[in-house]
Parts: sequence; C-alpha cells; structure tokens
Amino acid sequence: MNKYLSLRNRSGTVSFLLEKKAIATFLVLVCVFIILFLGGLSVGSTMLHPIEVIKHLFGLGSGEYTFIIETLRLPRMIVASLVGAALGVSGLILQGMIRNPLGSPDIIGITGGASFAAVLFINYFSNTFSIKWLPLAAIAGAGVMSLLIYFLAWKRGVTPVRLVLIGIGMAAAASAMTTMMLVLGDNYATSQAYLWLTGSVYGANWQHVYALLPWVLIFIPLALLFSKTANAQELGDSVASGLGVSVQRHRFGLLLISVALAGAAVAFAGAIGFVGLIAPHIARKLVGRSFGSLLPVTALIGGMIVFLADVVARTAFLPLDLPAGIFVSGIGAPFFIYLLYRNRHQ
Amino acid sequence: MNPLFPHTTSKWLGLALGFCLFAASFVASIAFGQTRIAFGTVVDAFFHYDQHSTEHLIITTTRLSRAVIAAVIGASLAIAGALMQALTRNPLASPSIFGINAGAVFFVVMAITFFSMHSLSQYMWIAFIGAGVSAIMVYMLGSLGRDGLSPIKIVLAGSAITALFVSLTQGLLVVSEQNLQAVLFWLAGSVAGRSLEMLEPVMPFMAAAWGIALLIGRSVNILTSGDDIAKGLGQRTVAVKMLMAVVIVILAGGSVAIGGSIGFIGLIVPHIVRGLVGVDYRWIIPFCAFIGASLLLLSDVAARFIIMPQEVPIGVMTALIGTPFFIYIARRGFNKE
Repeated sequence: MNKYLSLRNRSGTVSFLLEKKAIATFLVLVCVFIILFLGGLSVGSTMLHPIEVIKHLFGLGSGEYTFIIETLRLPRMIVASLVGAALGVSGLILQGMIRNPLGSPDIIGITGGASFAAVLFINYFSNTFSIKWLPLAAIAGAGVMSLLIYFLAWKRGVTPVRLVLIGIGMAAAASAMTTMMLVLGDNYATSQAYLWLTGSVYGANWQHVYALLPWVLIFIPLALLFSKTANAQELGDSVASGLGVSVQRHRFGLLLISVALAGAAVAFAGAIGFVGLIAPHIARKLVGRSFGSLLPVTALIGGMIVFLADVVARTAFLPLDLPAGIFVSGIGAPFFIYLLYRNRHQ
Repeated sequence: MNPLFPHTTSKWLGLALGFCLFAASFVASIAFGQTRIAFGTVVDAFFHYDQHSTEHLIITTTRLSRAVIAAVIGASLAIAGALMQALTRNPLASPSIFGINAGAVFFVVMAITFFSMHSLSQYMWIAFIGAGVSAIMVYMLGSLGRDGLSPIKIVLAGSAITALFVSLTQGLLVVSEQNLQAVLFWLAGSVAGRSLEMLEPVMPFMAAAWGIALLIGRSVNILTSGDDIAKGLGQRTVAVKMLMAVVIVILAGGSVAIGGSIGFIGLIVPHIVRGLVGVDYRWIIPFCAFIGASLLLLSDVAARFIIMPQEVPIGVMTALIGTPFFIYIARRGFNKE
C-alpha cells in the first residue's frame, strides 16, 4: 500500500503529497483542538459546565449564558485561533524559504514594521481617527516594511541569507523608532502602546473575526498551492531552479503570503511573538517535512498555542486579564530553546 | 582595501589624530546643548572654577558626567564589538545584534520588578549575569547542528535570543506598569541624568577589561587566522576565547548597567577602524576606543538637537545611524572579509 496520497490537477500546476500517517495525525489534532476549545469556552471568571457549553453551541441551551459565550468568549477564542494559525503558517513559510529553523515574522522585521506603524498610530492619530483603523495601520506597516526589506535585499535576485540579514537590521531600526515613540509619547499612550506590543486578544469581537477570517481563508489555502515549490526551495536555489522552479517569482509569492498572514494576525492581536517559531517545529516533530502535510498541522498547532495562552492569561490570575503574548513568549520561548537543544544533531 | 594608515609611524600619527577627534567631541559634548556654552568657559570651568557661574555649574553637574559616561560606554562597546567580530569571525557581530544588550536589560528589569533593586552596583552585577547568560545561549544556539558556527546561524540565534528577552521584558513591564515609565528611557539607552559616582562601581571592571583587551591583541591576531593555525602555533585557543568572552561580557554588561541598551556602536566602529589600520588587533583595539567614544559623544550631541527641546534617546540615535551601515555590510556579504 502506498504511504502517500498525492493530490494534483491534470496539468500539474497544483500538486502536493500527503502522507497517510499525517492525515491521521491531523484528524487526532482536530479532535484535541475541539476538546481544548470547548474547555477554553467553559473556564473564566464564571465557570460553565462543558456540557452546558456544548448544549448552547447546538442551540439547546437555556440561553442564560448567551452573553458570556457568544459575546465574550467565543469571538475572542476564534480570533486567538486565527491569529495563531496565521502566525504559525507565516513562520513555516519563512523557515522553509530561508532554510533555517529560526525564521519567523517577528525576527525578520515584519512584526517590527507593524509595531512601529501601530505605535505611531496610537501616539499621534488615535485622537483624530477611531481605534478601529489601528489594524489597517499595522497591516500597512507590515507591508511597507516587507517591501523595503525585499528591495534592500535585491541584488540580481533575492537570496534568503540577504533577506534575513536585512530583515534583522530593519527590525532593529524599527524597534529603535518604536522605542522613541514610547519615550516621547504621554504616559497613557505609552502604556496602551506597550500593551499592544506584548500582544493581546482582549476585547476581540465578532467584527474582528469577520475581518480576520478572509485573510486566513484566502492565504493559507494559497500557501498550499505553493507547496510544490516550497518543498523544492528547501533543497536550495540551484536544485530548485534545476527542478524547473522559477525561484525568484515563487519566492516573492511565498513572501507575500507570509507577510499578509503575519500582518493580518499582528494587526488584530498585536505583536505576539514566537508562535511563528514554535508551531512549525512542533508540526515537524509530528508529521515530518512535507510542506503539504505540515501546513494544516502548523495552522492547528499555532491556533492552539495562542488560544491556550489566552485562556491561561485570562484565568490564571483572576481577576487580572493579562495579555496573551506574555504567556506565549514566557512558556513558548524556553520550550523553543529546549526544542532546538533536542534537535541539535539534525 | 588598503588601510589609511599602513605603517607603524603613520599608525601612531593616526592614533594621535584619533585622540584629537575624541578630545574635540568631548569638548563639543560639554559645550553644545540647550544652553550653549563658549569653549573658553568650558576650559575655565576646569581650571578656574567659579561657584557663582551658572554655566560652570551646568558643566560640572550635568555636562561633564554625561560626556565622561558617553565616552566610557562608546569605547567599551566598540572594543566589545571588535572582539566579538574576531571571536565569531562574523562582520555583523556586536553586543546589540547578538542579544547581549537585550539579555542584560531583561535581567536588570527583572531585578527591579521582583527584588526591587535600585542601586547601580547591583544593576552592574545583574547586567553582567544577563550579558553572560545571553552570550552563552547565543553561542550554543548558533553552533547547534551539523555545520557548526556559521555566520548566518549565529546572527539568527542572536536575534532569536533578542526577541526572547525583549518579549519577556515587555511582559514584565506590562504586568507592573508603574515600573514602565521609570525604566523606559533607560531601556531606550541614555547617557543623561547620571552622576559620575554611578561610574565608580563599574569603572574598575571596565578599566581592567580595557587593559586585557589591549594586551591580548597579539593572541587575537593569531586566533583570527583560524583555530587550527592558532593551535599549531602553540596557542591555547580555548583560554584565549574564554578571556575574550569575559572581556566582552564585562564591557557590554557594564555599558548596559550604566546607559541601557545602546546598539550599533559595537558594529560600526570596528569596521571603520579596520578601514583605517587594517587587520592588526593590537592597533584595532586602541583605535576602537577613541573612535567609539567619539562616535557616541557626537551622537549624543546630535540627539540633543534633532527634536529640541526634547531629546532623542541615544540608543535610537545610534540605531538610526547604524542601520544603513548594517544593511551595507549585509548586502556586501560575508565572503570579502
């Protein structure tokens, strides 16, 4: 029996391999995800019985928890999951592209650009414009920053190494500018901005869900279409071009997807770090290296990381509602170092 | 590229010029600012101090300590950067890029938050520990995997560790908001508002580190020709590397304890200096000290004028100067060293 399931259309423009084992892993993960999600919906300052939550979701509930579940918890959990999925996939793409396990949107400056734009907005425009425009500012920041990095890295084509180095440099510049805004801003704006920089899904509502959903639903499947070239690029530029991949064009495409995902996620949840680093690593542990099976698993795991972090952040120190970003980096970062240490000989 | 000062005599001349540049920047740092002070008055303040003159008071209470601190930090960071570039054979190595600043900052913020420490001598030790921990982490993370310590891997490891410590620092500051305003300016890097007494606990260590850095120039030269050659020439490479690491940690950690996170000085200055004197570390180190001090003094002067009457944090200033330089080196690539 064949270990792989290959999906392709007749012309071969779209094709990816799925390992059958990966499909099983994926299904198990979906179940785990659903169970944890229900658990997350039940805990909080008002504890609900999970059965009540399930009843409510199927429309059988008594209706007394409608506000808690539908207005407070559900949109927040969905936004957290979407953000995590987007960041995870963005990191996966970047790691494959630069062929290094340390790639992620927060390290190569995408998040830095978004942060600078967001803090600029909070400091100078939050009086004139509604705070609703903040995500737009952040996305614009991420986009402009990525273009800048791409063009500065261009020298008869873009190599991954140059992209990363320029990204790191630009990230440093962006963080310096952000710090300057923080220092010069008034106290209130500064603590607002700082909260944003830590990353939080506090106060997420259905509008956020509807605004974020299209990005995730468009760009993650789009990334799947690129899976053939992503696999090839991981073998190196010369091998990839030998296999008939037009490296530069696809690299730009992949980068675009990665930026769009990271930008959208950061816009709604602030500069949550480390998801883009950790999620692909865990996924690789579970299903191996094929991009086609890694992608959905990474998205699930990324989503799980962020919503679990948020559940912990809002319940562990009741009545305090801490930013989820603290827990993502506080637990995720040491775990990440442990992962790298475990894999040191690979 | 041929160095600007190829021979020993011209190098001594260059060093004298470097000292002149340093002296000029030092005086400029004292003379320019919100209150502009004539050069004559600056000289008078040292030799004929007049208790009743406001200008003399400004000089002795704020400007002088600020200039001295900027000079000490600038020189230390530049030397630390030069040694790091030699140790890792990576032109992008510097305390800020490799996460050493961020590590020191995180440890200090943690000390302030959890143990309510507020004295500089405590900061200093904490910053040393933070710098050391992050240096070790970056080195280990960068040398994981089969191909060992490749330049790109260690740069990435550095920025991963930076991201780690920055986000942890952010977390701490969000939770304890009252500390945020207090440490923010320091986080951004600043040489203002510090008295000369604050230098006292750090200075002996810094001075010792400078001394060692000046003395090990020869060993560093041998080391940069490669581990195998160095071993073949009878050098105890591990000992030399450890010594360099200790010097780097003291210089970078001490700088953070006094001035917060000031980046890019350690990156830029060694490159400028190599353009001046070539690849001999016996010369690079003293040149780095003068040029580094001058660069930070001048950045500090510029930081006072850009958005007057407010000041740009000096860490931001150096980052803005340093980024184009960083990008230039990154575009040029690693191979033409």
